[in-house]
Amino acid sequence: MTTDYKALKNGGFMRQTQKDLFSLRLKVVGGNLTTAQLKTITEVADLYGKGHVHLTSRQGLEIPYVALKDVETVKQKLAQGGVDTGVCGPRVRTVTACQGSTVCPSGCIDTLAVAENISERYFGRVLPHKFKFGVTGCQNNCLKAEENDLGIKGGYLISWDKEDCTFCGVCAKVCREGAIEVTDDQVILNAAKCNHCGRCVKSCPTDAWKGQSGYLLSFGGLFGNRIAQGVEILGIVSNLDSIFKASDAALDFFDRHGQSGERFRTVIDRAGWDEFKKALSHVA
Amino acid sequence: MSQKKEPPQAQGKVDVTDVVCPMTFVKTKVALDDLDPGQILSIRINDGEPIRNVPQSLKEDGHLVLGLNDNGDGTYELVVKKGQDR
Repeated sequence: MTTDYKALKNGGFMRQTQKDLFSLRLKVVGGNLTTAQLKTITEVADLYGKGHVHLTSRQGLEIPYVALKDVETVKQKLAQGGVDTGVCGPRVRTVTACQGSTVCPSGCIDTLAVAENISERYFGRVLPHKFKFGVTGCQNNCLKAEENDLGIKGGYLISWDKEDCTFCGVCAKVCREGAIEVTDDQVILNAAKCNHCGRCVKSCPTDAWKGQSGYLLSFGGLFGNRIAQGVEILGIVSNLDSIFKASDAALDFFDRHGQSGERFRTVIDRAGWDEFKKALSHVA
Repeated sequence: MSQKKEPPQAQGKVDVTDVVCPMTFVKTKVALDDLDPGQILSIRINDGEPIRNVPQSLKEDGHLVLGLNDNGDGTYELVVKKGQDR
């Protein structure tokens, strides 16, 4: 029997240095697994692996030392316990996320919800090369958005209400961009300096600063053989629809211009950033 | 960064310039524990990370920052009204 390594790889079976043994990659979205899933994974790793798992560099989880002959059984057992296998190869990979605003006080967006939506829409989609999405909740950037082919960073669209302001000066102090000046009876925002971090909103004692969640998108990040920082293009967008419009356009652009084995960044560089910006021009 | 009104009399005082985050907030919390809701705490706090972080933590815990005064020596006085116990 000839082994179809490519088919195995599609299903997340990574060939090991040891003949006929595989490190089985599992599907994880936004770095979250339930304890029920973990129990299933524990069982499988005990029975068919070597009793340990590996945490990958992108919030994934792999069960090493799974034998080729056990592949189908293992897949079945995992599926019964609500665990899907991951993917490798030229397709949309694990969507990563920090804890986001539901857990983290710094978070400006619900990162898990965004990651789940993106994963639902694109996970496993075949492209000229691998494609990574990462979602980070705020400017602290724990999830390193700009390392990803498409990075999403949470922020706030801010506004100030004089009625509620006590002119205490906290906002001017917490703003790291120096975008806010407070006088006895005025608060002046230099909008060009605002990076949407939302610290003014989160620190304002009287909620005179208000924030609406938004998303900053960066494109073309790489952190492998080649290292390049993703580039922010659209400014802050305010809803999931806009993210999807942008990501649809980006993946279509990749499909249209990319040659097999070429990363997204290289494709944009070759086809031209102006051309890519045109492809995003309909996103508001 | 000035105050229009005369700041209210503080019932408690704490100096957190001798510690770094997260101890700045821990020390602040301990000082607030000694006060009743509605009473005022004056916090002497360093410029930089501490003054950037402590106001948000106070807000999250339900306390009200009333004012911020520059001491002119690299430290600030942060005036806080203790919130209701939660």
